[in-house]
Amino acid sequence: MIDPGKAVKESSVAEPPPIAPPKKIISALIFGLVFGFLLQKGGVGKYHILIGQLLLQDWTVVKVMVTAIVVGMVGIFALHHFAKVNLHIKPTKLGANIIGGLVFGAGFALMGYCPGTGAAALGQGSWDAIFGMAGLVAGSWLYAELSGTLKKTVEKWGDLGKLTLAEVLHVPRGALVVILAVVLTGALVALDRFFPR
Amino acid sequence: MNATTHHWLRLLAVTTLTLWPSCVFAADPALDAHSYPGPAWSPYVVGAGIGVLSWLTFYFSDKPIGASSFYATVAGLIGKLFARKHTEQLAYFKTEPPSVNWEFIFVLATIGGAFLAAFTGGEIANEWVPQMWRARFGDSVALRGLVAFAGGGLMAFGARLAGGCTSGHGISGTMQLNVASWIAVVCFFIGGIAVAMLLFHF
Repeated sequence: MIDPGKAVKESSVAEPPPIAPPKKIISALIFGLVFGFLLQKGGVGKYHILIGQLLLQDWTVVKVMVTAIVVGMVGIFALHHFAKVNLHIKPTKLGANIIGGLVFGAGFALMGYCPGTGAAALGQGSWDAIFGMAGLVAGSWLYAELSGTLKKTVEKWGDLGKLTLAEVLHVPRGALVVILAVVLTGALVALDRFFPR
Repeated sequence: MNATTHHWLRLLAVTTLTLWPSCVFAADPALDAHSYPGPAWSPYVVGAGIGVLSWLTFYFSDKPIGASSFYATVAGLIGKLFARKHTEQLAYFKTEPPSVNWEFIFVLATIGGAFLAAFTGGEIANEWVPQMWRARFGDSVALRGLVAFAGGGLMAFGARLAGGCTSGHGISGTMQLNVASWIAVVCFFIGGIAVAMLLFHF
């Protein structure tokens, strides 16, 4: 990329601190180590388990995700109820969520690892993840290059703002958490019955 | 239920029941994921662990678990090295200035954590082409590398457009009952299943 030099107006963005403060680094380090450890032990750094899920042969990925959702959801909303944590709700943009989601899925099947499990794959010595990770960097750059246009077009389609299932379904949040925890646990029990792996 | 609905439902049931087994249960055992080693730990133990880890990242770091923004940060840091002004004026990097942030360290540490798990469990793969890929497409590192690179590119573009990946939307967003995340994760699987079926069955 050619540096356009003086032709471009000075950025008005405040310079972020080049490196996060030590406390933040240490927490990210510990939590990341645990995350990678769990992903690898869960087998989701393995190509055949990930592609096996997309071929509907191996249900490990869905089991890990749904269990994480149930356990995480109950804890996060309990903590939030006692004002111990903030929620981090991302805006719903139908066009971007759907198109981006489908493109993501197609890429996921080609690479065979997703962004997090790709890092886990690299850690366990699946070196092909390196090509995929280089692709992830390139794709991120491409998005950044086009982000000005995308924000004015695709990302405006069906922009509903921050939206939760509780608001859409008109169910009190606490009740929805309980209902969803029961339903998803039931789904896991059924899944385990039909697909032992 | 009227006759037309009934007809379509029956058609759907029949096609699903006849096509699904032929798609799912590969005739060649080398193309069946079950022919290769399963996970070291129960997926429920690992899933619960990731759920609890989410409580901790929310509580101690005020962050949801996410991975895809790491790659955007790397892209931005590299961009700043070669074309600082150009990088800084891009819309995405104006709202998400690249820096060595929490997510950056988190994903780097993920690589280390996976290494520790594989090492302690005797599961270091040390291979350039995964076995199941090789059974289908041969042992060319160039082909595997090219497809993985293209896949990574599409995936990152999709993740940035959708606002997150399998971690950020698929786990962290869904557990917060975020509508965007539930839509995104369903689309991840629709796109993923369609392309995986094309790759392995045609």
